[in-house]
Amino acid sequence: MRLAFDEMKGTDGLARPAYAELAKWLGEVRPDVLDYRRKEAELLFRRIGITFAVYGEADAQERLIPFDVIPRILSSSEWDTLSRGLEQRVKAINAYLRDIYGRREILKAGIVPEDLVFQNPVFRPEMNGQKVPHDIYVHIAGIDVVRVDADTFYVLEDNARTPSGVSYMLENREIMMRLFPELFSRHRVAPVENYPDELLATLKSLAPDSAPGDPNVVLLTPGVYNSAYYEHSFLADKLGIDLVEGRDLFVKAGIVYMRTTQGARRVDVIYRRVDDDFLDPLTFRPDSALGVAGLMSAYQAGNVTLSNAVGTGIADDKAIYSYMPDILKFYLGEEPILKNVPTWRCREPEHLTYVLEHIEELVVKEVHGSGGYGMLIGPMADKAQIAAFRTKLKLDPKGFIAQPTLALSTCPTCVEVGVAPRHVDLRPFVLSGRDRIRIVPGGLTRVAMKQGSLVVNSSQGGGTKDTWVLDT
Amino acid sequence: MLSRTADNLYWLARYVERAEYLARILEATQRLTAMPLAYVGETNEWESAVATAGCAAAFFAVHSEANEETVTDFLAFSTENPSSIRNCFEVARANARAVRTALTVEMWEAINTAWLELKRFGNQPASREEFARFLRWVQESSLRFDGSAYRTMLRNDAYWFSRVGVYMERADNTARILDVKYHLLLPAHEHVGGPLDYYQWAGILRSVSALTAYHWVYRESLKPWLIADLLILNEQMPRSLASCYENLVQNLDRIAGNYGRQGPAQRQARSVRARLQNSRMDEIFQTGLHEFISAFVEDNNRLGSALTQQYLA
Repeated sequence: MRLAFDEMKGTDGLARPAYAELAKWLGEVRPDVLDYRRKEAELLFRRIGITFAVYGEADAQERLIPFDVIPRILSSSEWDTLSRGLEQRVKAINAYLRDIYGRREILKAGIVPEDLVFQNPVFRPEMNGQKVPHDIYVHIAGIDVVRVDADTFYVLEDNARTPSGVSYMLENREIMMRLFPELFSRHRVAPVENYPDELLATLKSLAPDSAPGDPNVVLLTPGVYNSAYYEHSFLADKLGIDLVEGRDLFVKAGIVYMRTTQGARRVDVIYRRVDDDFLDPLTFRPDSALGVAGLMSAYQAGNVTLSNAVGTGIADDKAIYSYMPDILKFYLGEEPILKNVPTWRCREPEHLTYVLEHIEELVVKEVHGSGGYGMLIGPMADKAQIAAFRTKLKLDPKGFIAQPTLALSTCPTCVEVGVAPRHVDLRPFVLSGRDRIRIVPGGLTRVAMKQGSLVVNSSQGGGTKDTWVLDT
Repeated sequence: MLSRTADNLYWLARYVERAEYLARILEATQRLTAMPLAYVGETNEWESAVATAGCAAAFFAVHSEANEETVTDFLAFSTENPSSIRNCFEVARANARAVRTALTVEMWEAINTAWLELKRFGNQPASREEFARFLRWVQESSLRFDGSAYRTMLRNDAYWFSRVGVYMERADNTARILDVKYHLLLPAHEHVGGPLDYYQWAGILRSVSALTAYHWVYRESLKPWLIADLLILNEQMPRSLASCYENLVQNLDRIAGNYGRQGPAQRQARSVRARLQNSRMDEIFQTGLHEFISAFVEDNNRLGSALTQQYLA
């Protein structure tokens, strides 16, 4: 495996320009100050109640995500490329969804195999030929990006259903500004605090035409037991909209209403943080108590906007991911600005042959697996595991994809032994309204706190950092 | 405003108020039981505390004897008692979490901090001193929450519903203490009770934090009918039934004014207030203190259901 690219020190050990001031500051600051600030940050997070739940851990029902006080910095030119690439990618995703649930040109052209769409459980036949307000499906996208060298960013994953994490982007910044005003005065950091306004403008722009001039926007949460509940209440508060649960809503004559102290009030836009499966027990899972009976009928009648639209999972599914560069070219006629991680589809014989020959150096993933399950990391696996995966691959090549093991970039991070490089990824948030696409400069940087670890997932001990985009 | 949000705010306020009331009962009981028997007589104050807290049935389903250990555990820490101080804070915090968007940062921090600190107190106080500190802490937490609501909330329906919760709970608690102790307040007691009852009366006043207030209002030594007057009819006394209903009427009227519509809740509150305003203590004693209190408790419950039907469901 190649040595990882460090975002502060580059490959030659000299501070890269965007990090020059931070490197200087890290040289000046006493280690106990950093440690003290870290503890202070933790106290703030705990008091404000920024917690998340880990399912199945009764003891730790509300946990804190470790917060690293050293910011991750992107130069304005790096951000410029990133944001153009993100906008391009989300435009393509929306064009693709419009097509998949519409004319299906891309299937006719043979670019995406039909069985990957129609046999996919996240494909929603209910959405066939269904018009969605203003023809936009994914209004809020979180695109996971990793970096491997000074110039190369890869999209690791598209999140086009109900991406979470934006509250951390906002709260991390608030806490950093409280703890390190001096560090901010030495940089010109682009603000992220306008995100809630941008989000509200986006959601309002998507209201159905039948809605009144000032549409009623609500945030639908599965409730306090959901792992992201804090984020739901945080966003509703910042947006100044009602945080509703399924039981607060009802549908009458194709219109959605909420129960208020003054009687029923019409709802026009639902920023829903509830998965498709649970939205409407009459259409999807009948055992769901989180949804609203009849919601889909109101949606299909065009009387309410769901953000994101139903059925967007067919855009961010692992099986579809490897086709994204072709999808993008098909609809936009452009080269992708952000690359995909090179991916071998084992369903294709020549790819399978390559994967079987190079399995020791690859990561092999189950198409329908998630959370690191059903995965083989070649360089770390023993002979028996590799042999077992070879057999699996030959038996069911369609069920697998393979990718090279990436050397994710690192950033300086506070750990027990002091400041050391740790691997990071980035989730910027892309908002697509009727009028335009909005991207706040920054995102959620997740960091693997353990040395050498590539797992940034918060349920597995990953932490977060504030992400700075420098203004020129 | 969402009905569920109003409901959560209402119960959040009620549970914080209830926790404070329980702490006062426990504090007053601890004082009484620490006195030599010659001063307070052979009564089981711990059993009386359970009754005043309104959970005698639940208590005796778990314990056979009411003593210091069982009652302090049941009222303060037990997870089996849905209205223990611990559970009050748990439920209050769960309600707060469900309506965070309707709370100010100060209110959230007050209730969340109380909930976090509660964990540090553990299940078994190491000593009476520590338990006394715990009871003080409960009252301070309630004051902090109430104060932050008063000082930071917008004066809109969210605020009024939470105030309605506070005064409903207060009225309920004061009525319950009167219901359990009414026999001590009957005029006849002046003759038979003698010094034995003096400390009981002081205990009642302490439970509603009115001992000092009594002296300022009446400038007399403790007289049972004056205590009853203070707790029932005196509008200056914040925990009296009359004062609670004055506040209930005001806050419900603000909601109605804001929504442009009066309803059964407003009418019910106004009729109870009118009855309190038109009553005199000697008449109440004549027709029966116990009957008066029982009728009040029923009226208060009626207002509770009217509120739920009109706004919270």
